[in-house]
Amino acid sequence: MTILGKTTIDAPSVAAGEPETVLTVEDLRVTFSRGGRLVHAVNGLSYRVRTGRILAIIGESGSGKSVSVRALMGLLPPSAFVTGSAKLGDTELIGRDERSMRRIRGDHVAMVFQDPARSLNPTMSAGAQVVEAIRTHRKTTRKEAADRAVELLKLVRLPAPERRFHEYPHQLSGGMRQRVLIAIALAADPEVLIADEATTALDVTTQAQIMELLVDLQERLGTAIIMISHDIGLAASYAHEVLVMYAGRAVEHAETTTLFGNVRMPYTQALLGAIPQLTTPAHALLAVVGGQPPDLSALGEGCAFRERCPRATEECAVQPSLEMHEPGHRYACWNPTGMGREES
Amino acid sequence: MTEIREGTGTATAGGLGGEDSTAPLLQVRNLVQEYTTRGPGGVKTGVVHAVSDVSFDLTSGETLGVVGETGSGKSTLARAIIQVERPKSGTVRFQGRELNGMKKRDITAVRANMQMVYQDPFGSLNPRWRIEDVVAEPLLGHTDMTRQQRSERVGELLDLVGLNPGTYRRGRPMELSGGQAQRVAIARAIALNPALVICDEAISSLDVLIQAQVLNLFEKLRAELGLAYLFIAHDLATVKQVSDRVAVMHLGQLAEIGPAEELYDSPRHPYTRALLDSVPVLDLETGVARRPVPLSGEPPSPLHPPSGCRFRTRCPRAEARCAEVEPKLTDAGNGHQVACHFPLDSTSAASAGSLRDAWRGPRPEAMPTI
Ligand SMILES: Nc1ncnc2c1ncn2[C@@H]1O[C@H](COP(=O)(O)OP(=O)(O)OP(=O)(O)O)[C@@H](O)[C@H]1O
Ligand SMILES: Nc1ncnc2c1ncn2[C@@H]1O[C@H](COP(=O)(O)OP(=O)(O)O)[C@@H](O)[C@H]1O
Ligand code: SF4
Ligand code: SF4
Ligand SMILES: [Mg+2]
Ligand SMILES: [Mg+2]
Repeated sequence: MTILGKTTIDAPSVAAGEPETVLTVEDLRVTFSRGGRLVHAVNGLSYRVRTGRILAIIGESGSGKSVSVRALMGLLPPSAFVTGSAKLGDTELIGRDERSMRRIRGDHVAMVFQDPARSLNPTMSAGAQVVEAIRTHRKTTRKEAADRAVELLKLVRLPAPERRFHEYPHQLSGGMRQRVLIAIALAADPEVLIADEATTALDVTTQAQIMELLVDLQERLGTAIIMISHDIGLAASYAHEVLVMYAGRAVEHAETTTLFGNVRMPYTQALLGAIPQLTTPAHALLAVVGGQPPDLSALGEGCAFRERCPRATEECAVQPSLEMHEPGHRYACWNPTGMGREES
Repeated sequence: MTEIREGTGTATAGGLGGEDSTAPLLQVRNLVQEYTTRGPGGVKTGVVHAVSDVSFDLTSGETLGVVGETGSGKSTLARAIIQVERPKSGTVRFQGRELNGMKKRDITAVRANMQMVYQDPFGSLNPRWRIEDVVAEPLLGHTDMTRQQRSERVGELLDLVGLNPGTYRRGRPMELSGGQAQRVAIARAIALNPALVICDEAISSLDVLIQAQVLNLFEKLRAELGLAYLFIAHDLATVKQVSDRVAVMHLGQLAEIGPAEELYDSPRHPYTRALLDSVPVLDLETGVARRPVPLSGEPPSPLHPPSGCRFRTRCPRAEARCAEVEPKLTDAGNGHQVACHFPLDSTSAASAGSLRDAWRGPRPEAMPTI
């Protein structure tokens, strides 16, 4: 799909065959000041996102998943202090003013949120909202934009798109609303699509449909996707690579099968042990870790997981850095699990 | 028949005492709940068929899981059973007594033995009360315990749900995390030693690590107190984990009900199969996940359910007969009942294999290293 009149981003040269890196995030940090205290929501996050690939960011609520991507989009409130770098091609996203950020948002990076009902304008028809998104980014006539909107609604497989064009959000099911939001996000053909818990509010049946749609769009349009989820099974099923966050840091990061086939970080292990599987027998107890996620305004020196970690030792009083300890497998832990297959 | 322990002075007498061991604890028959929708000016615009002719039994100490998509009537069913909203028709026999039509005062007494835990732990706890008062409230209404006895019982209950009484009894709900608040709600629900606890999405709003803690707590209480649960959740794996039997609801009706293992291994209703196929499954041995196989089509409107089988607009097996005749819940062997004209074969082996065969994730060779 080519779009005319798109503001260009200087793309770095690409080695043939390798998926091109579209977004490079380096040492991203976000601190909020709240009631005189500093909340350290994101504490040095680095990753790359490539064309046609899906990166999943997983972790408990409050681990900084949403804040980290909102920082890229320039969508944080003024109380947020953001440092580090996020480069889309050669264009730096961090530290831009709102006006230039608004152009990048939608044009190059777009986002789909969890709550489709609240993300849509209840007083405008679905079609009008897609048209508006198109006209914000392109100089087109109303007619051209309307045609393109119907095309987009077809692309996201909204049933009966010509009729639904005129319907209002309350007349659509949750799944249909999410399709409209995806159509809006795709209006300007972004290089990166961020789906923040985009299917969390949906039924499993609808979730499977929406995920299938995202994967299909990504294959056809070459969009890079960052999917944020607390559902490990979902991330494992759709993402090419997975990054696990805890207390604002990446604690484990690898290609999906590498990561889940060789879990190293005890926190990732804890997450896996805590989710019931379809094959878990009735009344089986789950492996649990106690405690609560740490207070982000009082993060100490060491590994943020050590209060809850069954493998914690004295060394853990020093923060382990995220290192590539094995080919293609990064983790931050002094006592990684499963090295000698000592546990299952 | 169990007598209702109203004003007996003790809350620790088991809810199961005196029960005829063969009679079900809860017997629901032909339960119907409908809501009238109204447009501007209060004009009647339609009828929502929220629960249509639902029947099942639940025995003492048993957990029956209920799954189904949003709007399938799970919460409505729970509310009709506990009589928060009186059902339009049908019968609800609990411990041998009919609840539908029972006087409000008597229902209040019955609630000592049938309690509910909701999704939003904070919504069900008065934020201004101390935690000890929240937990003690049912004791005040249903027993004549002294202040001292109540305080001891609150300590016992907080211990039981894994909250240190010394630390938490004087606190207020808003100082708690979601998981802790849900523990308080559970402590309160079990204060009178009920025979049945209805959990409506009771862990859905919690984080996975906390969910696991609360699930284990439910399990512990079941084992120690002999509780029966009606466990409603949209997450199929969670329901499997806690349930002896599972009921699958679709648009107000039971599509299928049966022993959990049997139902998940060998679903007979195409809707159950579709639900299971929609769940992403990660094989922890290999790190490989099975990508869901989506069902096509949109769920039909409960205002205008399709004729015949309500699943037929999305069912890959539908035939002409499905539009004409409504399938009734019928015996499929092994304690398994299914409402379908053309049920799936019982093939546990094949479906277990398909979990792995269906993998369609990214190909390893196509993925560069990080
Ligand atoms: N008070 C009400 N007035 C009108 N319709 C209602 C009312 N309560 C429920 N309904 C409708 O009844 C149907 C069943 O709703 P119910 O809340 O029982 O579903 P559920 O299975 O619990 O869904 P969820 O998984 O979203 O909790 C839905 O169509 C719902 O919109
Ligand atoms: N506007 C804000 N002001 C202050 N703190 C915030 C704000 N937004 C998020 N936070 C805090 O940042 C942390 C990370 O939040 P978030 O990224 O939303 O988590 P996740 O998406 O992983 O659930 C949390 O502790 C949250 O309370
Ligand atoms: S560094 Fe220490 S505390 Fe942190 S996860 Fe590893 S073993 Fe546990
Ligand atoms: S009765 Fe017919 S439409 Fe309904 S589930 Fe069975 S095969 Fe499908
Ligand atoms: Mg979030
Ligand atoms: Mg409900």
